[in-house]
Order: sequence, then C-alpha cells, then structure tokens
Amino acid sequence: MFESLSEKFEKILKQLRAQGVLTEQNIAEALKEIRLALLEADVHFKIVKDFIDRVRQKAAGQEVLESLTPGHQVVKLVWDELRELMGREQAGLGFASVPPTVIMLVGIQGAGKTTTCGKLARVFKQQGKRVLLVAADPRRPAAGDQLASLGADLDVPVHRSDQPGASRADVVRACVEGVARGHDQGYDVVVLDTGGRLHVDDELMEELEDIKRAITPHEVLLVADAMTGQDAVAMAERFEQRVGLTGVILTKVEGDARGGAVLSIRAATGKPIKFLGVGEKPDALEAFHPDRMASRILGMGDVLSLIEKAQEAYSRDQAEAIQKKIAAKSLTLEDFREQIAQVHRMGSMDQILGMLPGGQRLKEMAAMSGGGVPEREIRRTVAMIDSMTPRERRDHTIINGSRKKRIARGSGTSVQDVNRLIKQFLAARKMIKTMTDAGGRRQLAQLLRG
Amino acid sequence: MNWLQRLSAGLTKTREAIRGSLDRLLGRGPDPMMLEELEAALIATDLGVRTVGRLMDRLREETYGGDPTASAQTQRLLRVLKEAILATLGACEGEPLDRMVAGGPRPFVLLAVGVNGVGKTTTLAKLAQRLRGSGKTPLLVAADTFRAAAIEQLVVWGRRVGVEVIRHRPGADPSAVVFDGLAAAKARGADVVLIDTAGRLHTKTNLMDELRKMKKVLARELPGAPHEVLLVLDATTGQNALSQARQFHKAVGVTGLALTKLDGTARGGIVVAIAEELKIPVRLIGVGEAAEDLQDFQARAFVDALLGGNADA
Repeated sequence: MFESLSEKFEKILKQLRAQGVLTEQNIAEALKEIRLALLEADVHFKIVKDFIDRVRQKAAGQEVLESLTPGHQVVKLVWDELRELMGREQAGLGFASVPPTVIMLVGIQGAGKTTTCGKLARVFKQQGKRVLLVAADPRRPAAGDQLASLGADLDVPVHRSDQPGASRADVVRACVEGVARGHDQGYDVVVLDTGGRLHVDDELMEELEDIKRAITPHEVLLVADAMTGQDAVAMAERFEQRVGLTGVILTKVEGDARGGAVLSIRAATGKPIKFLGVGEKPDALEAFHPDRMASRILGMGDVLSLIEKAQEAYSRDQAEAIQKKIAAKSLTLEDFREQIAQVHRMGSMDQILGMLPGGQRLKEMAAMSGGGVPEREIRRTVAMIDSMTPRERRDHTIINGSRKKRIARGSGTSVQDVNRLIKQFLAARKMIKTMTDAGGRRQLAQLLRG
Repeated sequence: MNWLQRLSAGLTKTREAIRGSLDRLLGRGPDPMMLEELEAALIATDLGVRTVGRLMDRLREETYGGDPTASAQTQRLLRVLKEAILATLGACEGEPLDRMVAGGPRPFVLLAVGVNGVGKTTTLAKLAQRLRGSGKTPLLVAADTFRAAAIEQLVVWGRRVGVEVIRHRPGADPSAVVFDGLAAAKARGADVVLIDTAGRLHTKTNLMDELRKMKKVLARELPGAPHEVLLVLDATTGQNALSQARQFHKAVGVTGLALTKLDGTARGGIVVAIAEELKIPVRLIGVGEAAEDLQDFQARAFVDALLGGNADA
C-alpha cells in the first residue's frame, strides 16, 4: 500500500529540499502536486483541500521561509500533517476489566469481516486468551460455514447465530445468546461477525443499532477495504453516526492500494485505524503505526524525526543568543561546549547519519576520510572544557602553558589535546561567523541538499 | 423505484454539487474558485484526476457568454460534460450479455474474475437466475476452492436459483474443477457455463498465473472458450480499480466488466477511466440485492445518473 503515493511524494519533496531559497511560488507549485498525488491516491477531496490549506498556511510563516533549510521545513510540515491525519498514536484494542471483552465487526459487503474475524481470533489465541466467535450473518449464503471453517482451523469455537431467513429480532437474540455463552463459559474475548450491509440500507443499519444496544460491545470496529475510493468518507461517516465506532481495520492493503482510505476514514470519523489486513492467511494482520506510515508515504527514512530532534535540541532562543554573540565576536568556549552538547543530544553521529536520506553514503565517506566524528572525541572535548575555570571558558586567551597542563590533567588528556581543542574552537568560531553571512548561508544550504 | 431512480437518488448530492457549481460558474463567469469546486464535485464520483482534468479542459474551452439565462447555460455545460464522458463510454459499448449468449456458441463459457469481496459469486448467481428465466440452461462452476466455505456459498445460491453447481473439495486445483465443469456442461447440453473463481489481488503473480492456467484449460477443451472473461469490480473502489483492470487484462484478457454495489453512495466513475484506457465494455451493473437488480449497462443512463438530469435536457 502507498507505494505510488510514496513515489510521487518523494519526487515532489526532493525538489523542495533542493531549493536553497524557497519562494511562495515554489511552495504553491509543490502543494499543487501534493494535492494531485493525494487525489490520485483516493484521499477524499475535502480532506485533501483541508490538508493543503493547513500546510499552505503554516508554510507561509516567515520562520519556514527564513530558516536555514526551508525545503526541509516544508517537508516536515507535510509529514506532521500526514501523521495528524492518520492519528498520532498507535491505538490498540480496549479490553474489558471483567471478561469477556466483546468485539463487534461491521462493514459493507466484501470488506473482509469474516476473514478478519478469523485473524483476530488467531491473535487473541496466541495471547493465551480463550476466544469465542459468533456468526451473526444470516443473509450471505454460507457466511456462517465460512466462519465455522476458519474457527475449526484455529481450534476456536464458533457460536452459530446465522439461521437462514432469520428476522431482525432473531439476529439480535442470537447475538445476545452468543455473548451470554461467552460470559457463562468463561471466554476472554467474544468476536461477532455481522453481515455486510451498505450504509444506505436503513433497515440493516437499524439491525446493527439493535445488536449494539443489546450486547454493549467494548469495541465496534469498522472493517473497510483499503482500495475504497471517494465513497470511504460517506460510508465510514454513516457507520459512525448510526452505530458508533471505536476503531477501524483496513483490509487488502497488501496489493497496490493507494491507501487514501486510511487518510479519509480516519479524518472523517476521528477513530483510530487499529489493524491492517495484509493477506488472506489467518496470520496476515498487523498493528497500524501512524508515524511509520507517514514516513513510508514520504519515502524518506526518518529524516523528519531528525529535523524534529534538531529542533528540540536547539531552541530558537538559543540560536538567536549565539547569533548575537557571534555578531559581537564574543563566542566563548562555554558556548562551544553548549553547541557540542546540543549536537550530542541529537544522538550519536552514526545515528544521525543513518537518519539522513543517502546517509549510508555519508557514513562510508566519513569512514574513508578517517573515521568522521567519533563519540569518544566529543566526550573528551566536553571533558576538557569542563576542566576549565569559568574565566578560562569565557576568555580563551588567558589559557597559558600551566593552565593547559592543569586542564589536561583534570580531563585525562594531554596538552596537545588542549591545544587542538583551542584550535578547533577558533576554527568553529570563524566558520559560524561565515555562516551568518548571506553567502555562507547559501553554501551551507548547498551542503545540506544531500 | 426502479434501479435508475435508485441510482439517481444515491447520486443526488454529487449532482447537486455539480449543478450548483455550474450555476455559480455561469453567474460569475469562469472564476477559478468555481472551477475548482466543480472539479471537486467531479472528483467525488471517482472519475479520477486525469479524466476530470480532461473534462475541465474541455469546459474551459467553452465560452461562458451567449446564452440568455444562467440555467440554459448550466444545461449546455452539463451536456458538454455528459457528451465528453459518453464519447468515452460509448466508444467501447458492448453487446448485452444475453444477446451474446443467444447468438454465441453453445455452451457459452463465462469466466468471472476479480479481487476479493467484489461480489463475483453473487453476480454469477443473479446472472444464472436471469439466464434461467429467459429459458437457458446455465451451469455454475465453483472454482474458488481456496476461501473457506466459498463452495458452500455457491451451492446455496445454486439451490436458491435452481441451477446445478459443479464442484470439488476445498483445496482442489481450480483448473481441474473447470475441466470437470466443461465436461459436465457438454454432457448435459448446458447453454451457459458460469465459472466462479477465487478472489485474488491483481498484484499476486502466482494467483494470476493460476487464472491463466484455467483459461488455457478452457481453450484446450473447448476452442474459443472462454467466450467472456468478466472482471467484476466494486463500485466503491477508487483509482485502484484501474490497476485491477490493467493487471487482470494483462493476465487473462478481460472482455467485459461488471460493476457491483452501485446501490450505495459510490459512483463508480472509475469505469470511465478504464473504458478510456483499456477499451473494455461495461456489461452489467449491480444496483441491489435482488436478481433483477443485476442490469445491463447503459452508458447514457449511467452518465445521467452520474451527472444528473437527462442528457437531452
């Protein structure tokens, strides 16, 4: 799922990232393409519109345009919004404090309710729970047989509530019996497989309402086909309004579904996607992770979490203070230490490189040119600065021979090491100075294009 | 309510959106906001971004002045839209299935294919009932030996509509079932053989190979068979239906489409894109649970339901 969307996004965002300076027009063009990509992926047109409007608004802020890496910032905005659409957190199933936990599956014909029922039974069984399946679809020929056959394969009992020709009252009564049996016989989980129905079928939606009222399930899960088009919103909204949902299971995602239904259904109902059906076999059920899915759509490793980390580690205020100091040529070893610590906070160099697109290549390059920036080096540098007196940190010019000896002893290094640190500090100061000029900024942007 | 009314009723919202956009478009001239709104209304029918883009280009060519009243202009633009879609659908309008059966070889062999859950079994059962009603002798073949109780499902249907079902045990080679089905049809002098295959995602090459094999067996046992490879599509499916059509077509040469679940709020606009790209005719549409809800596809009626009003207005 999502491959085609992912391909398009990667292309669009690559172009964005390549822009050293972003204009509103760059952004508008990229958003136009993102809009098309989302529509082609079957995301509901209203949701696409809102999505684009939100990104456009946020991207128009001066912070984005004037940041060092405007392209990256826009990418991050898109990623944030995507993750928001899919629901930030991974959502599991809610279990009842007093068993049995009653789960009701609903959805239109052919979404995959019965197959999903079998898959859920397998998951629960593996968790050591006692599961009872309830066949509650009297209309589709042999639906009960299908569930019975799945149950037999898994060695899970199936309560048959699917007498052909059963009336609405019969179906409700049979469901109540099934749940009662789960209760009486000490089952941990009861899963009800209801019949497929179109959301416009009033009578059958009423039947679902009746069942729900009668058995008060802990979970009502909408089973929906990942290949659903623009109709996903109308369908999901109707089930949510009529029956009330606690979550969604998306099926048939192992094909080349564009996955728009994920975004549409979640946005329309506000209910979390809990599982993905990824095949016909009983073990083909996966938990849904919104953040991983968002990254996968953007097709870009974890570059966005890197940006996030960088932002956390390096607040705007700090950045501004340092800028001022540089302007006044007053950057000290204390600031230098702070900088190093910030880089350190982002994670080890290896980790950071791993998060970058093409980071693997960078790592190799670093290794070839003599090992890059080893962890140990950073720790030693920090130790040396920590061994200095506050006065020394604020004014490096007073560090003479005997002070160097003391610092080396205090940090377990040598005088040569201390000399090298001061040299690095002066070089860094010079580099940061260049970076704050317009020309230097462009150079750095060039460097970051990857 | 007949199926067209029902189909139309389901599409009321879309239609209103399209008309509303057109009205406002005319009230103010070609305002980009209005065009965008109209584009959104068209996208909501699952026509697909590309088809909608083409239609919008067509509309932009139109002049907005001329006609005296806005409503007359709305009608005119609506007609432009409809004719554009009809031109695509009409270009590959096929013969109705009943006529193909009546004028075709005996037995007429139909192979139903599609992804999981689109309604292959139900469609075949309804088709069997319809053929039986018109005096033919159909035979159902349960070649979905994979999904649990798929055979039982067809058997129950067979009993319900009074049509014999040829079947094997679950897990049997579907090609073997097909072979037997054909032999039985010849022996019994059946007019039509309707073969129900297992749902498979079009991306699974091994399962598509299995279909190819079934088709090969058919052609070997009865030259010219299958006479129709019917791809069943779910109208609630979005752009993925195009991918399904491409892959199934590549594997077994689809000759007709059936569009199911049109009785909900889904529009099934994607068939226009399929018609445009693959030139495969839509034969049947499913607009309800009852046997008579399986209808022959009529391009004009479909477009009317899609965009609203009748095309002559």
